[in-house]
Amino acid sequence: MVDIRMRVNGVEEKVDLSPQVSLLDALRGELGLTGTKKGCDQGACGACTVLVDGERINSCLALAVQYDDRDITTVEGLAGEGEAHPLQKAFIRNDGLQCGYCTSGQLCSAVGMLAEHEAGAPSAVTEHLCATDVELSEDEIRERMSGNLCRCGAYNGIVASIKEVAAS
Amino acid sequence: MKTFAYLSAPDVPSAVRAISTEPGAKFLGGGTNLVDLMREGVEAPDTVIDITRLPLTGVEELPDGGVRIGALVRNSHLAANQLIRSRYPLLSQAILTGASAQLRNMATVGGNLLQRTRCLYFYDSAAACNKREPGSGCDAIGGFNRGNAILGASESCIATHPSDMAVALVALDAVVEVESVRGTRRIPLVDFHRLPGTTPQVETVLEADELITAVELPPLPLAATSRYRKVRDRASYAFALVSVAAALEVEGGVVTGVRIALGGVATKPWRAHEAERVLLGAPATDESFRRAAEAELAPAVGRSQNEFKIELAQRAIVATLRTLLTEGGAA
Repeated sequence: MVDIRMRVNGVEEKVDLSPQVSLLDALRGELGLTGTKKGCDQGACGACTVLVDGERINSCLALAVQYDDRDITTVEGLAGEGEAHPLQKAFIRNDGLQCGYCTSGQLCSAVGMLAEHEAGAPSAVTEHLCATDVELSEDEIRERMSGNLCRCGAYNGIVASIKEVAAS
Repeated sequence: MKTFAYLSAPDVPSAVRAISTEPGAKFLGGGTNLVDLMREGVEAPDTVIDITRLPLTGVEELPDGGVRIGALVRNSHLAANQLIRSRYPLLSQAILTGASAQLRNMATVGGNLLQRTRCLYFYDSAAACNKREPGSGCDAIGGFNRGNAILGASESCIATHPSDMAVALVALDAVVEVESVRGTRRIPLVDFHRLPGTTPQVETVLEADELITAVELPPLPLAATSRYRKVRDRASYAFALVSVAAALEVEGGVVTGVRIALGGVATKPWRAHEAERVLLGAPATDESFRRAAEAELAPAVGRSQNEFKIELAQRAIVATLRTLLTEGGAA
């Protein structure tokens, strides 16, 4: 067993874990933060997406011990005091979900994606790689969000939601 | 997942010391491949040495104009680095076409080079696979082999090397720096991965106790005009059926410099030496591009489901070179 400090959504907790426990299982099982979902458990679906120091990762392929003392944000940490995050509101307005299983991953991924875009990162569909002010077109959003699958096919609403928030 | 002892190495000397005394140990970087393989029971290390806290995260310009990339630089950070985007655009593009944004944020440069094949039978512990269990046979030959290799394969193994990044790096003559308790050595990437032959379980020339510390790119002005083209079953987040990393320099209508490497078709990141030889000094025309592509694919062997890759690879080479000629590079 390994003692680690987990700082999740601004709250620090000490957890005693076996080293094979994934960050996803630690969040859900040890800390009771069940907003983050287990879809494929092999890095293929994106349902388990969380933010580490502001960057999106798949928590299913992360061993919790590797994330000792890092800042982790889950879907539970996105909303402000009594108010939903702008992306959460946009998902509701635009029908960015049906069953909702992929939604927490979609939301965390979109927050990370908007930060990457803001920092000038290109994507595989960016025409001129050196450009740092790429317009967040629907093609760009779809490419940058391709690590999050939605079996209900709510993609149009998801893309519309992200586009709306990016423009505001 | 089998239980294992966990160590976190604070610096390179302690990492290589730890692995030299633990024969059943493995280094763990981003975990995107190793954790998955451990969960599937394909990898079962007794000890995991976490190297993600090692100070190998820099991307630095070298005095000769080349670039030194720390082994723990995340794939996403490398792809977004302006030096790479402007001087080696094929490398940025290759990385950006690989996996998903979340995985690229986790995956490291060193780990990307060491990732294992995604051959279905390698993952399926009920199947015969010489790579997973030497001597057990190869169920991919005659099985579901649509994604498997047409170049560099043997009767023991037809598994494809899955990396996009390594394809761009091998086109650029990258050099891998490795460290062990015996010291440092530098290995040209083109010699780093091994063909399967009769020992497909031995994938690289890396010794079990060696740690990749850096990858160096030589100065290569022609790389500024380069692209990576990936052909796959869906537009994003899929492994390559065929991919082409290419750089082209043309003067007075004649090819004066060219680099080509292929992904998705070979058992290792495939430098297309034969195509380059045919093109150098030849007129920069579709006819030359086609001749070069045919020469490279001449030794290709199609299996029951992947014969189509031979023509697809040739067309992808021609199309990539034509785009470089008419539209320039991706930067």
